Amino acid sequence: MRKILLFFLVSVVGLTLLGRVFYLQILKGDAYKLKSELNAVKTVYDIPERGFIYDRDGDLMVANQVAYDIMVIPKDVENLNISSLATLLKMDTTRLRSKIEDAGDWSWQKGSVVLPQLTQEEYAPLQEKLRKYPGFYAQKRSLRKYQVNHSASILGYIREVSPSQVKKDERYISGDLSGKAGIELQYENELRGKKGVKHFIRDHYGRALESYEQGMYDTIPETGADLTITLDNDLQAYAELLMQNKRGGIVAIEPKTGEILTLVTAPYYDPALLMGRDRSKNSVLIFNDTIKKPGVNRALQAEYAPGSPFKVINALVGLQEGVITTAEKLTCRHGYDYGGRKPLGCHSHKSPLALSTGISESCNAYFAQVYRRIIEKGDTPEQGMDNWNRHVTSFGLGNYLGYDLPVGKKGLIPNGEYYSSRYKYKWYAPTTISNAIGQGEVITTPIQLANMTAAIANRGYFYRPHIIKAIDGVPINNPDYTVKNYTTVDAKHFEPVVEGMTAVYKTGTAKYANIPGIEICGKTGTVENFMRIDGKHTQLTDHSVFIAFAPKDDPQIAIAVFVENGYWGSRYAAKIASLLIEKHIKGEITRKDLETYLLTHSLEYEYAKPYSGEPFEINPKVDKGLIQPEVSSQPQPNILKP
Amino acid sequence: MGIGNRPKFDLYIILIYAALVFIGWMTIYSAAQVTEYAGFFDMNELYGKQILWIGLAFLIITFLLAMDVKFFERFGSIIYVISLLSLLGLFVFGKELNGAKSWYSFGSMTLQPSEFAKAATALAVAKFLSGINISLKNTKDLLLVGLIIALPALFIIPQPDPGSALVYGAFFFALHREGLSLWYLSLVLVAVALFLGTLVIGNWWIAFIILIVVGIIYALSRKRKHKQRLPKPKIALFLIISGVCILYSLSTNYIFNNLLEDRHRNRIDIVLGRVEDNQGVGYNINQSVIAVGSGGLTGKGLLEGTQTQGGFVPEQETDFIFSAIGEEWGFMGSGIVIILFMTLCYRLIIMAERQRNQFARIYGYSVAGIFFIHFFVNIGMVLGLLPTVGIPLPFMSYGGSGLWGFTILLFIFVKLDGHRMSYEH
Repeated sequence: MRKILLFFLVSVVGLTLLGRVFYLQILKGDAYKLKSELNAVKTVYDIPERGFIYDRDGDLMVANQVAYDIMVIPKDVENLNISSLATLLKMDTTRLRSKIEDAGDWSWQKGSVVLPQLTQEEYAPLQEKLRKYPGFYAQKRSLRKYQVNHSASILGYIREVSPSQVKKDERYISGDLSGKAGIELQYENELRGKKGVKHFIRDHYGRALESYEQGMYDTIPETGADLTITLDNDLQAYAELLMQNKRGGIVAIEPKTGEILTLVTAPYYDPALLMGRDRSKNSVLIFNDTIKKPGVNRALQAEYAPGSPFKVINALVGLQEGVITTAEKLTCRHGYDYGGRKPLGCHSHKSPLALSTGISESCNAYFAQVYRRIIEKGDTPEQGMDNWNRHVTSFGLGNYLGYDLPVGKKGLIPNGEYYSSRYKYKWYAPTTISNAIGQGEVITTPIQLANMTAAIANRGYFYRPHIIKAIDGVPINNPDYTVKNYTTVDAKHFEPVVEGMTAVYKTGTAKYANIPGIEICGKTGTVENFMRIDGKHTQLTDHSVFIAFAPKDDPQIAIAVFVENGYWGSRYAAKIASLLIEKHIKGEITRKDLETYLLTHSLEYEYAKPYSGEPFEINPKVDKGLIQPEVSSQPQPNILKP
Repeated sequence: MGIGNRPKFDLYIILIYAALVFIGWMTIYSAAQVTEYAGFFDMNELYGKQILWIGLAFLIITFLLAMDVKFFERFGSIIYVISLLSLLGLFVFGKELNGAKSWYSFGSMTLQPSEFAKAATALAVAKFLSGINISLKNTKDLLLVGLIIALPALFIIPQPDPGSALVYGAFFFALHREGLSLWYLSLVLVAVALFLGTLVIGNWWIAFIILIVVGIIYALSRKRKHKQRLPKPKIALFLIISGVCILYSLSTNYIFNNLLEDRHRNRIDIVLGRVEDNQGVGYNINQSVIAVGSGGLTGKGLLEGTQTQGGFVPEQETDFIFSAIGEEWGFMGSGIVIILFMTLCYRLIIMAERQRNQFARIYGYSVAGIFFIHFFVNIGMVLGLLPTVGIPLPFMSYGGSGLWGFTILLFIFVKLDGHRMSYEH
């Protein structure tokens, strides 16, 4: 027994070890071979440059620039003088330390970002000194370089992909940049191009030793496609300039094509704010501001009651349904008594009036009667309402338009069922009379109104609005954007309505915003709006709304302007629309007085009222917004200075 | 020495030695991360230096084989004391490398005295036990021999190098051969099994298993009591044993969490699969297992192993050298090396058994035990079966001290064995 113990143990241990190598090498050999290859093959990505973005005239809007991420590999850090490194990187010492600790928690061997997106100018002085800190190095990246300081909400921005995105989409690896909003998000696939891959046999420091399998698995990068968008750079810049110190949205569309010429949301910001080392700081200012909400694209996402411009649609539906003729005159007694608690009011104008004058004078009583006839034409109010809904939604209202930008709202065009499910008792046309004048339940977004205007300009059809014009110089041929969408109103009914809209400029509510030499068709709107202040339903100063297209017989631009709390449609929105139309058609501004008015008036005092904590007056008879701004031809981002 | 007393050195053991040294050098050569190749003898590279160490090892062998065979028994105690002093001296003059103060430095050369202490201790144990009137049944003698073994281990642990100290457990095999009961080993094994078992399956299951096992043993021993002269089993004794085992098991978590250091905890956790951390503490073992496994049947070929050439396995020239063999020579290569080590142990046991002289036999068993432990612990670690314990693979791992220490350990025995016919006590 004593002689064999060690003998026995040597045999047991020897056989165990043989069994283990048999298991590892023979049974699991292939799996480990794969693991060793994954280990040893280093994949180097060749990240292509992101495509440029040009405006409709070929003006460069977005290009690229080189940037540097400061990275750390925790295992290689030696003798770190953290405070001197923090000074060098202009970082807080505790922040730098926590970044390094986070990097260590994530991976001891792989690089993590300590300080992202330094520009060439910021990086240059670091380049030499960084070598004194083992474990730290700079990683080259390509960042956006903006040639314009407007259009931020359309262009969108790019940022590092999130871990969940990396997990979901195999095209991304950690540290990649991808579009997060606007065109950058919508056309991410086109803009990003295709990464090239090179495989190397590497050592454990990650140094490449030789090409793997003579490069048979390597691929060449494909650069991202350059996009040409439908925006007009100059018009867009001018529109943002006019919207300074105001809130609201503007959308201008070319009716012949559905191309979006201008899309403004105010307040706006410089797109460069969402790039570089201050991106996260700035994005908090932009996206977490719940009062000014600069992160919300009002042109696409703000749902307002359309107000009087909606009367135009009711006129068209009335003609189509044959409930009125162009000649029939209706009476207005400073309003319309539909049997409610108080009559629907109206301002003073001549009476009785026919359709064209009804539009130009924006008579509430006229359209209340037209609307009532439309609804009462059905056997039941539900039927009448459904029929009305069918006509109205054919103008692209009440649903997503299907344009190529990633955000939007549906708005609302009620139908019979909408009211039947809300009212316990029987309801009739007068119950919903506010819809006649675009208040009530109807809500729309500025882009829907612009599209509706384009449909009127085209006398009965529209192309779906879109922002893309060409990809890599090849014009788009997407049936979504090249097929006409017809409204349910026949073309012949449009002329009298268009005449009424012309009269708005000649004799009606917008005659002071007339542009000599251009026949403009428009419609003002003054939209009541409310806000809950300390739990109380409080009315605020009306929104100023305007829709227009021009020239009357060969429309080149259809526009909707929404200025929050601007009061009369003619006080702000009509002026802005007129100037933009003139700039688009003539290329110059002759009505300098309108421009000066807009640049020297601010609505900030209106926006401050609900937060003042004191009672305030609404709808001031005289605009009190006169300021003395620095006169500038460039838009001034009015929430942040870069 | 007359003509009839000409020493006959064991050829097999010398061949095994030569084979292991050769394979070892080749692997060190392959595992080197060479930037500029300047021949085998490039003294800037480990393989170049190892050639020098191997050459010096041959010189040492020549000396050992030429010496008077009586020298080792006569001066065993003195060699042992010198060795202890050299270990103690480390606390004052030692040079720190890789966090352990285990080296003396002479210019650019370093020596690790613990590698030589094994041979010295083996000599001392053999000399003491072969003395007149010494018996392991005598408690005083048992304690003394325990002290001889424990002293160098105790000096090595705080360097810190607990791995090298663990090797002193190998003397159990020599003591067992001379009459020490197997119970001591069993006790240690039970303690280890309980410790690991508690960590893996928890206190309550272990307590349950203890009660069942002790109950079965009790039942069996009652049946057999009339056949043997064992004392009648007492139920109280079994209950006490169970109680002690359970208490020990309950204290396991305390020992594990409070008495062990982080790195030891981590290494145990990795092997038990309690944590997976292939980037951090588990990196070595994970990479080593990948290297071995990826070798497949025939290996990737010398200088073709991607893990080895890329330097993915840390310490690959020293403690993890077996992983390079596994990767580049596959199952064939690693199988041959394992069989060579088994043969080395077998041959040493056979040689030890054929000694007529007790000193030589005890020494031989010590040598076999030491090689066995190194073989087991080192390869077991490389294959991910045992926690990381930093001990070298004899004759193969890079390092002058290790190579010389093992060479001296082995060739003293080859010398003793060569003279077994003429050598008298």
